[in-house]
Amino acid sequence: MKALIAKLQRLDTTVIVLIALVLVLALSAILVSTVGRNLLSPGNIRDILTGMSVLGFVAIGQTLVILGGSLDLSVPYVVSLTSLIAAETMNGRTGMIVPGVLLALGVASLIGLANGAVVTFLRVHGFIATLGVGLILKGYLDTTYKGTAGQVPWEFQLFGATGIGPVPISTIVMLACAGFVGFLLARSKFGHHLFAVGGNAEVARLSGVRTRRPLIWAHVAGSFFAGIAGLLLASRLGVGSPTVGVQGSYDLLSIAAVVLGGTLLAGGRGSIWGTIGGVAIFAVLDNLMSVMQVNPFFKDMVRGAVIILAVAVYSNRRIVARRERFTSSGREVPQLTEEGAR
Amino acid sequence: MTEPILTVTDARKQFFGVEVLHGVSLELAPGSVHGLVGENGAGKSTLMKIIAGVHRRDGGDMRIDGELVDFGHPLEAAAAGVATVFQEFNLLPDRTVAQNVFLGREPRKRGMIDTKGMCRSTAELLEDLGIPGIPPTARAGELTVAEQQIVEIVKALSVGARVISMDEPTAALADHEVTILYRVIERLRERGVAILYVSHRLKEIFDLCDTITVLKDGSHVSTDPAADLDEAALVRRMVGRPISAFFPDPDPGTEIGAPRITIRSGGNTQLDGIDLEVRAGEVVGIAGLQGSGRTELLEAIFGAAPFTRGSLEIDGARAVIKHPRQAARRGVALVTEDRKRTGLALNQSILDNALLAIRSVFPRRTQASRAEIPGMFSSLELVSQGNKQEAQTLSGGNQQKVVLAKWLAMRPKIVLLDEPTRGIDVGAKVAVYQLIRALAKEGVAIVMVSSETPEVIGMADRILVMRDGRIVGELSSDTDEESVLAVATGAAEEVQQ
Repeated sequence: MKALIAKLQRLDTTVIVLIALVLVLALSAILVSTVGRNLLSPGNIRDILTGMSVLGFVAIGQTLVILGGSLDLSVPYVVSLTSLIAAETMNGRTGMIVPGVLLALGVASLIGLANGAVVTFLRVHGFIATLGVGLILKGYLDTTYKGTAGQVPWEFQLFGATGIGPVPISTIVMLACAGFVGFLLARSKFGHHLFAVGGNAEVARLSGVRTRRPLIWAHVAGSFFAGIAGLLLASRLGVGSPTVGVQGSYDLLSIAAVVLGGTLLAGGRGSIWGTIGGVAIFAVLDNLMSVMQVNPFFKDMVRGAVIILAVAVYSNRRIVARRERFTSSGREVPQLTEEGAR
Repeated sequence: MTEPILTVTDARKQFFGVEVLHGVSLELAPGSVHGLVGENGAGKSTLMKIIAGVHRRDGGDMRIDGELVDFGHPLEAAAAGVATVFQEFNLLPDRTVAQNVFLGREPRKRGMIDTKGMCRSTAELLEDLGIPGIPPTARAGELTVAEQQIVEIVKALSVGARVISMDEPTAALADHEVTILYRVIERLRERGVAILYVSHRLKEIFDLCDTITVLKDGSHVSTDPAADLDEAALVRRMVGRPISAFFPDPDPGTEIGAPRITIRSGGNTQLDGIDLEVRAGEVVGIAGLQGSGRTELLEAIFGAAPFTRGSLEIDGARAVIKHPRQAARRGVALVTEDRKRTGLALNQSILDNALLAIRSVFPRRTQASRAEIPGMFSSLELVSQGNKQEAQTLSGGNQQKVVLAKWLAMRPKIVLLDEPTRGIDVGAKVAVYQLIRALAKEGVAIVMVSSETPEVIGMADRILVMRDGRIVGELSSDTDEESVLAVATGAAEEVQQ
């Protein structure tokens, strides 16, 4: 048992998240089978994956923002706004799909640019900057719209409704985006510099990194991906909705998924696949509780408990950085690497 | 004499209208090491930061190969071949060695970062310095302090630096790690790099430097070949005080009394078989290499990482200390080695800092202490703009005095000091030494950990040497550095060269 714990402590956080996901899947499969159903039936897999894609898009963007040491609380309003822009621009006309998508994502990116500019140039912490920008958007949405508006054409609804086998197109697009972002983080200047700025902005600056750029781009990407989530919701609902983002509480859930995925809330360390793992854990738990027909209050309680547990595990891993020299009974622990032998 | 690479002439700098550097000049020649010494506040850091491009000079000029330069950003300095290894580590602990070395200048292949090339170049640079053992893919945070420092030097070299300045590079190193750094500096010298070396440790200055410049209160005092100077003369120029004042003799009125603290067979996951007795009025020095368990021993006594085995007695009575609060209530104080992280609330006033411990441990005595603190500050010769000044705006030596005041307010019976003079100037060091003597005279038991062996020998009544979590030897105060080192490294082993 002790050896197992020691091994776990050396594992990469992303690996731990993926192991946790497998455990959650196994546990859920057993629980679901007790009520005579199959968690891994094609229909149910589709449900789980569908549940992943919207939060997945938002969480990909949120991961970038958090890695850079900031936060994005404006995402629910960006989600709502883009759903409305897309639905109203398209207004049921097939020919307007492309302009609608471009306009919605363009506006989302501009909002991200504003977030990034406030954070980097006005030096307002991301928490407050995006809270402020979010409130401005909320004010606009509340006064301009009294209910759903616009309409998306049938072809656009396919984005949210079709799939290859049990795998929805939206999930494939989401995973492709995650792969692309993961590649950028590992291999692009943007990625390396984002980690550096989030880890220690002063170190990055003194190493010649232009510290504003990666953070601004992270915010643009954060809103851009929230915009894609808005488009996906419009496609599913068939209309634009001023409240769809807030109803999904994508701000806090996306932050929770990122942190559950092992990314440090303070920035500088984490991974996109950890986030996807976090999103998947939430989706599986949600699905499990729907299938088991548990009370909605209990659902949120489980989510809350999972996120607290996860962060507790991670912070304990951080503390046990020092190698043990003796066991509790005073026996010597064999040392793996001698200082000189390295 | 070869032409200097970098010349600074009559550099001036002011902050908020106050001039802190009054026309300082310096020449750095290729393949030579130039020592820069002076007390804290003498202007060394300011001068280094001007050379590094962190600060802009307000007057005078700076030339590289005779060309006038004006750095507005560290990046411009780096582009001109000037790199700096700062005192605070400038590495990202969660990124790999290679990523740290090439941060800001990542090599690219077809638009994307060339990870393999980055690792290969890092490994080559490390090998060039004779340090092939550091894996380029290890996270910087997993390395020892000495290894991290070498990574910083590699980072400087990878920019093609011709001038490298180092600010207190050995402040956090144990003696055997210092020899590794010496070797690296020797390699740099052979390559024709000009090195500016700032240190409080005069032995290193004389070991390494060809030329020594002394600064005092922001002014240039002297520049001489190292061969023309000795330690005593150098200290006189820095402080205007003779070297005999360095380690004050014990007060003749000091009496070694009954045991204050007794530990038998103490141990935890870092320590084992600790038998330790410290008497009233006694100063016990703890020597050992970095990572030998010195800090862990103090943390165990103080309850920060408590003993899980063995027994503990304070003033002859059995005591259980599982938490620092219990230690403080029993009159045990710990001055930690990292005052910025664990000693001070940096953005609070020095008065609040000095009251921090008493307020939480003996709240009823807070008012009485509040009245005593100003007197305590002045007897420690603390230089501040008043009790409301934020701790972070003080120099290192003055910050340390605030930490000491925090514990003195508690009237401790047992004082544990972890590297009490690290990174503070000579004047503040002497103040700390005198305080140790004064406490001993009052019957306080003192345990002092230090990486500076002469300090342990000069101050302690007896010296315990640690290795691998155990106390492996006891030496009397008339020992010498070689004997301490021999025990610390293991008598059988050859001292690593």
